[in-house]
Amino acid sequence: MEIAVKINGEQHRHDVEPRTLLVHYIRDTVGLTGTNIGCDTSSCGACTIHLNGESVKSCTMFAVQADGEELLTIEGLAASVNATDGQMHPMQEAFRSCHALQCGYCTPGMVMASVSLLEENPNPNEQEVRQGLEGNLCRCTGYHNIVKAVLECAQGGAK
Amino acid sequence: MSIMGTRVLRKEDPKFLTEGATYTADISHPKLKGAVHAHFVRSTMAHAKILEIDTSEAASQPGVLAVYTAQDIPESVAPAPVMVPVFPPSMMHRPHLATGSVRFVGEPVAVVVAETPAQAADAADLVFADYEPLPAAVGLAQAETDNTVIYEDVGSNTAVDFKNMNMVTGIGEEDIFADCEVVVEHDLINHRTAPAPLEGRSMACVWDDGRLIVWASTQTPHGFRDNLAAVYGLEAENCQVIAPDVGGGFGQKIGITADEIVLPWLSQSLNRPIRWTETRTENLTACGHGRAQLQKVKIGGSQGGQIKAYRLQITGDAGAYTGLGAFLPFYTHLMAPGVYNFPKVETTAKSVVSNTTPTLAYRGAGRPEATAAIERAVDLFAAECGLSPVEVRRMNLISKDSFPYTTPHGTEYDTGDYETALNLALEAADYPALLEEQARRRAQGSVKQLGIGVSVYVEITGGPAPGGQEFAKVEITPEGKAKVYSGSFSHGQGHATTFVSVAADQLGMDIDDIEFIQGDTDLVAEGTGTFGSRSFQFAGSAVYDASRSVVDVAREIAAGLLEANVDDVLVDAEADGFHVAGTPAVAVSWAQVAGAAQEQGKKLMHEGQHHANCTYPFGAHVIVVEVDTETGQVTVPQVVTCDDSGTIFNPNIVEGQRHGGIAQGIAQALTEEVVFDEDGNPITSNFADYGFISAAELPSFKLVPLETPTPHNPLGAKGIGESGAIGATPATQSAVVNALSHLGVRHIDIPLTPERVWQAIVDATAQN
Ligand code: FES
Ligand code: FES
Repeated sequence: MEIAVKINGEQHRHDVEPRTLLVHYIRDTVGLTGTNIGCDTSSCGACTIHLNGESVKSCTMFAVQADGEELLTIEGLAASVNATDGQMHPMQEAFRSCHALQCGYCTPGMVMASVSLLEENPNPNEQEVRQGLEGNLCRCTGYHNIVKAVLECAQGGAK
Repeated sequence: MSIMGTRVLRKEDPKFLTEGATYTADISHPKLKGAVHAHFVRSTMAHAKILEIDTSEAASQPGVLAVYTAQDIPESVAPAPVMVPVFPPSMMHRPHLATGSVRFVGEPVAVVVAETPAQAADAADLVFADYEPLPAAVGLAQAETDNTVIYEDVGSNTAVDFKNMNMVTGIGEEDIFADCEVVVEHDLINHRTAPAPLEGRSMACVWDDGRLIVWASTQTPHGFRDNLAAVYGLEAENCQVIAPDVGGGFGQKIGITADEIVLPWLSQSLNRPIRWTETRTENLTACGHGRAQLQKVKIGGSQGGQIKAYRLQITGDAGAYTGLGAFLPFYTHLMAPGVYNFPKVETTAKSVVSNTTPTLAYRGAGRPEATAAIERAVDLFAAECGLSPVEVRRMNLISKDSFPYTTPHGTEYDTGDYETALNLALEAADYPALLEEQARRRAQGSVKQLGIGVSVYVEITGGPAPGGQEFAKVEITPEGKAKVYSGSFSHGQGHATTFVSVAADQLGMDIDDIEFIQGDTDLVAEGTGTFGSRSFQFAGSAVYDASRSVVDVAREIAAGLLEANVDDVLVDAEADGFHVAGTPAVAVSWAQVAGAAQEQGKKLMHEGQHHANCTYPFGAHVIVVEVDTETGQVTVPQVVTCDDSGTIFNPNIVEGQRHGGIAQGIAQALTEEVVFDEDGNPITSNFADYGFISAAELPSFKLVPLETPTPHNPLGAKGIGESGAIGATPATQSAVVNALSHLGVRHIDIPLTPERVWQAIVDATAQN
């Protein structure tokens, strides 16, 4: 089945099998491997991307369901806020300055989920951040610095 | 100015944050073009005879190139070398694919190779294995009885009794508890948990003109290479292992697993590059688990709280084959008496096989089990004496001035200051205020009771004694920049930042002028890898040594250029080179020195192994819980830890290690447990069923700094990777019991599920 999807501002057209998961399409067909796969039960959030501006676990959808939609992955996040060359999205900057990543495997999904969390609730308290990220698992950081990064990003007025 | 102690941001992060790291499944290398995909068929029985495996239907599926079972693999694919050769041969020598029988659910019995991952997975479902079920020995209590013997040739499920090897004290003739007024005994469970790195195992390989090239998600690239070279009869230089970015390990990716070993043969026999990435279910059922011990503790002393004797009896669950996990009860023995100066200590330790996933060295590997046992025992003893658990600890801690300290059973601790760690943690938690709040809630009969848990621990890193080694190479490029090569392997630990900082400090260079190279056995001559909290102390020291050796040569060259005495030539970070003492204006740059070195035919390079003794980090955790007495639900409002790992180079990295460890420690106490049903079927085979701890179940952590350097390495550093996981489990358990102690609760097994906690409350209330 042929689908047309806009990913990170760029139009893509591909013939995909109806059963192909969106995450596999993004990784294997489009070749954007920043989005990771950490589970087989839609539990970990490593595959989180934005679909029409809202965060979604891309392993919970078929690629064909994204036909005609707009996707944003970690590779396009900085450009999506017109960050100038070498600059990152404020959430990416906050993750870096707070040392909110270690192995990096949860990171793209975690950053995408965090950006969307602040869009819904620009001024969350710690508990709201923790609840909001419940579906994104991290094995390395104990979440401490991730929560700190999100709160700092919120205080910086970033969206 | 030294970078040491400053919060240098990680060099690897910009890439990780903007395009994502490059993990094994992300590798697109020209040599992997046209790669086929493997999918393993795994046993659905915990213990059974294999009668027949019918692969015909699977083999005829679209895209399928081949389906193999054990009998297809030629003998030339040798058995994997054994990591710790102290077990009966049949238990140690695991077949590449199950042969004759299966011994745990998840054991690979066949493998399908197809053009796409989906085709391979689909076809794998069509491989029919006919089994004759055998009784399964599941769980330690059952396996230990030998009612069901898994290895008939051995005749018993005991894989090793360390007493027979004189590696533990055993129980002596003399009753060590004879002069104790108070004696407490208890059985403890240190249940099975899953390391669960967010990236599972993944591998790709290709044969290139007789050379094997492998990309693998591993903590030990050189060990991985050595294993494959041994299995395939290759010279080490004909096997290249490249570990790209790796998404966590926690002990699960030390060495190599059976599944990974067969992939080069598949590639060879089909003459195609091959890829394999396990699913989460495979990771949770087939790769390996941690902990899994039953312990008996006995502790005795005076009514006033002076502890005189301690006995720890350990039975470890090796799972179906004896790997590293089967050896870990020995580590538990090593650290049995923890931070206390008990005059008498006795230990027994053995490992038993069972029809479950083999165990391995999960974060802490034997030491969390030791700490959990002794800390629980001390709490039980304090309760029996009617004394404060904090006071009893203080009374029995090894004092600051007794280091180096040798325990009665022979472990020599380097440096420590346990009481200060305890005091700092209690102070930061405001212990008096917590006690007051606890008393208030008790008096009010609040539904939510407050519990304060305390643990003090010491562990062994880079062990066992005498210690270990790691390789480093530092070289100066013709442009006057540097390259640092390490045999250690960061899979999240930030070597690219920390090790480069160590070199930058010695070389007087900017960290951005230093390139870091790891994880490619063609580029890094030797290596051991990252596990056991060993990296910074051994590998950091190796980088330090190599940098200094390079500086020695460079100073001589600089002295020539500056026409000065070499003793007067100093490294000058400002000048990116060297100057003469007292006259900073008279300087030469690294580039000039590099140029001169080339002209003089001198090499600005040093490589070598740094050997060092193991070290003993320590600390104290204070964890506060709220227990809902109506539902048994536990929440954790406060965590304070003081973890001393000697000299701290980059506080960000060290704190990050502590955070991750603390979370995993609390997870073991509260939410995470690998469960099998009585037939050996895994119940927690995915992230929907396994209680992987989330952000919502944890608070932020308050970390108290303390630095007691070790004399064992030039950096003064001890390991930090596992400390958090060691202190947090017993402190959490202690907190929950403490919350309910006024009801008469003395002990609840981990994990402290609401059901278990609720039951303990009901039982205690009924008894009163
Ligand atoms: S891979 Fe999508 S939630 Fe885990
Ligand atoms: S940084 Fe490793 S899983 Fe989050």
